[in-house]
Amino acid sequence: MGLLSDPSRRKVLTGLLTRLNTPICIVCYLAGIVWFMGLAFEPFTLRTYMSENAMGSTMVSSGERALSLAKEFDAHKRQAYDGMPVEWLVKAMQSRGLEVFTQSFSRKLPFPDENKERYMVRGTNVYGILRAPRAPRTEALVISAPCSPGDSNNQAVGLLLALAQYFRNQVYWAKDIIFLVNEHDLMGTQAWLEAYHHTNITGMEYSPLQGRAGSIQAALSLELSSDVITSLDLILEGLNGQLPNLDLANLFYAFCQKLGVLCTIQGKLQRNDWDTAEGYTHAAQTMMLMVLKQACGRSWGDHGLFLRYHIEAASVRGINSFRHYKTDAATIGRLLEGMVRKLNNLLERLHQSYFFYLLPSLSRFVSIGCYMLAFGLLVVILLLRALDLWVHLGAPALAAVEGVTEAQQPSGPGVLTVLTPVVISHLTGVALYLLPVHLQEMAVEHFPVSETEAVVLTAVAIYTAGLALPHNTQRLLSGEGTEQGWKVLKLTALLYLAVLLGCTALINFSLGFILAVTLVPITASMTPHMPKALSALVMVLLSPAFTVLYCVFIYQELIEAPVSVSEGWMLFLSVISQGILDHALYGSLVYPLLALFIYPCWLMFWNILFWS
Amino acid sequence: MDYYNLLTTCAFIHLLVSIPYAYSNYVENKAGQFFSSGHTNNWAVLVCTSRFWFNYRHVANTLSVYRSVKRLGIPDSHIVLMLADDMACNYRNPKPATVFSHKNMELNVYGDDVEVDYRGYEVTVENFLRVLTGRLPPSTPRSKRLLSDDRSNILIYLTGHGGNGFLKFQDSEEISNMELADAFEQMWQKRRYNELLFIIDTCQGASMYERFYSPNLMALASSQVGEDSLSHQPDLAIGVHLMDKYTFYLLEFLEEVHPASQANMNDLFKVCPQSQCVSTPGHRTDLFQRNPGSVLITDFFGSVLLHDMKQLVADVSSQKPKQKDWHPPDGFILGLWTLILLVFFQTYGIKHLKHIF
Repeated sequence: MGLLSDPSRRKVLTGLLTRLNTPICIVCYLAGIVWFMGLAFEPFTLRTYMSENAMGSTMVSSGERALSLAKEFDAHKRQAYDGMPVEWLVKAMQSRGLEVFTQSFSRKLPFPDENKERYMVRGTNVYGILRAPRAPRTEALVISAPCSPGDSNNQAVGLLLALAQYFRNQVYWAKDIIFLVNEHDLMGTQAWLEAYHHTNITGMEYSPLQGRAGSIQAALSLELSSDVITSLDLILEGLNGQLPNLDLANLFYAFCQKLGVLCTIQGKLQRNDWDTAEGYTHAAQTMMLMVLKQACGRSWGDHGLFLRYHIEAASVRGINSFRHYKTDAATIGRLLEGMVRKLNNLLERLHQSYFFYLLPSLSRFVSIGCYMLAFGLLVVILLLRALDLWVHLGAPALAAVEGVTEAQQPSGPGVLTVLTPVVISHLTGVALYLLPVHLQEMAVEHFPVSETEAVVLTAVAIYTAGLALPHNTQRLLSGEGTEQGWKVLKLTALLYLAVLLGCTALINFSLGFILAVTLVPITASMTPHMPKALSALVMVLLSPAFTVLYCVFIYQELIEAPVSVSEGWMLFLSVISQGILDHALYGSLVYPLLALFIYPCWLMFWNILFWS
Repeated sequence: MDYYNLLTTCAFIHLLVSIPYAYSNYVENKAGQFFSSGHTNNWAVLVCTSRFWFNYRHVANTLSVYRSVKRLGIPDSHIVLMLADDMACNYRNPKPATVFSHKNMELNVYGDDVEVDYRGYEVTVENFLRVLTGRLPPSTPRSKRLLSDDRSNILIYLTGHGGNGFLKFQDSEEISNMELADAFEQMWQKRRYNELLFIIDTCQGASMYERFYSPNLMALASSQVGEDSLSHQPDLAIGVHLMDKYTFYLLEFLEEVHPASQANMNDLFKVCPQSQCVSTPGHRTDLFQRNPGSVLITDFFGSVLLHDMKQLVADVSSQKPKQKDWHPPDGFILGLWTLILLVFFQTYGIKHLKHIF
């Protein structure tokens, strides 16, 4: 008889499962956490290497000549500046032999953005195309410099123009190069990309592009805000936690090493002492920063929006940390020229290296094959618990079969018992998703708050209102408070959560992992028989909203700008509003996921806790 | 005349006659040595199997050998040049219409008179094998055919990416060492070569010649099984590696060879030792009938026709004037008259002298 069809063997297995369930779950949880923290330990990581054959080693000769113009342009820009000097830019690019086009776009935000102080956004993107002298116009590379109003990022635009002039004199371009200066950073990039690819996913209004260059193979975004740069920071995290191909990061690092430029990731320099405690904590902090940034799903640089179109992109930010050793614009220009020339040699899009990875430092990486196990160990707990419940649910049926007549044959709990909490939780989730934005006018009428505050506070209110649900739903139901009922509900909810977290982790590992770390312990151990007050408190403290709050605090700690509780709370509220805005403007999926799926799932467990 | 005089006279005449005879022997030996390889014409099949810009060095390798072979006398009509990609006109080439083999940019191996017979996607395993075996459709032009006969010495040079027992063509197919050996056997059966020199510059190149079984084959490879052949020098302006190490040193060696050179195969085997090449070049001579020391480089890299006439003429004319009809040797008439005078003065000598004076 087979293993699974032999009843006596099966009984042994299931007996084992039920007896050892809790210990195994605890062990799995601890193993998952330890595995995750161990990922930053250097011997467990691999050294980065260039996978793409076509790029070869960093053999590019430097052209210093035209790059000293960056400073000159910076000065011009400071004079000509009030908003975006469109005509000046157009003239500058045209004088360098580029085909220049502009694009205007406008968008009314769902509610005012207090961080960036904008509500009705109107802007113009200016881009110049350097046509490859001999190649057909089938492929392109993009170098972009977000042009923010005010003083920042002037140097990047200057460098862009200097590069354009230098590139114009070379004959070895196999791809067209597009020099893009976009206004209102992410919104401008979004408008440009949507127009370029003839899509409209976010409801932005834009004028169609007059000039086009072919399929974009790679993109670089420059953010240089000061004259003096001591190090370059590489930013990889994009929208919804998507990352560019690791080869792009490898290319950047290889060039930095070759030219002797200090390069950082997450703003942290590399250390060589991996075997000391400080070395390990440094690597762990870098990795945690990357995880947190990836989990929040917003694009941390202009490059993040390119990734959605399968364009490998990264942002390079110049940092002035008042070091002794400074890099000048010429070296940075040389670095960029080298990178673009290497990207020019590409025959296909970057695909040889990893798309899913974590970087504890620029020269070491952890691939998905390594880190997914940490998440797997956490999800296995949910599955074990579900199996346990399944066995328990099946056991009374077995007892009935043995011929013992029961006074009250517990037929399977009605579908209605299970369905009702599910539906009500999801409806609450839908309310949490839709109502804050739609009800902001009403809220502003009745309460003395601004629109942004109205939206955020509505969200918080609906979230808290959900906590009161179990009492109300019990009154609605016909009172089927059986043992079976909550078990079936818990089984469904566990499987639902496992599938949800699994799917999330596949797309955005960091988000899935962080949610799993807080949700798995409470959901796995939740039963109605636990002490109500204590478990209610724990459940609330580990709910998705509080997870976000903790992440905010941890993030502030890691970037060495710790905040007090009240500041943290304000930051948390702004994070909520940013999340809603990101979803509305760029299509970030974190807020819908949390509101429509994770929160209802948590509510189901809240229902189980108060099952009577 | 007395006996002593007669002997002297005979020896003298004998010596005078034998000088030109010995000399014509020498010339015949030289000519004999020259025709001892048994070939009357030379062919070359030069193949570069990789495409894409980063494989610039393979095209440069092939073009270097092409250049040497042309310089040493094989005409374009006897060279089948197969290049899988066009580097000279690639968009990424900062010096369009050139292919350099050295980072000093001294030698543009592309030149002005390159004739590529199989280009781009025409370089396939099937086409290569058809060229070797001669099984081409009737419409194939002469420039794409290997029209060799049983008195042809053929040089076959392959370069590209290879592995243990195979050579990659164009990123999509491979030729195995067994296929190559069978192709050479077909050539032998169809009497399509007299002797064949096979040179391969790829990773694990020696694996390609280990299956040969036809006679009169000599093979050289740039690396042994399990070793990689390395590229020689990167060029910062062009941005790629320009040549492979083995072919670079091969080219250096061939630049010293001129049509009258006596360099032989043993010198070729010494090209690029491990200290320079990092990989260990290998060679195989067990199927070859002649001793490699007696095989001239120009037997394969040069062309017999030009070599033949020029050399023979150079040898003979440097020593003596060309003789169309036989004249008595120079000293003969003088010697004859001296003899007559001696005899005369012997018999009539003193008495008549007395009469005169």
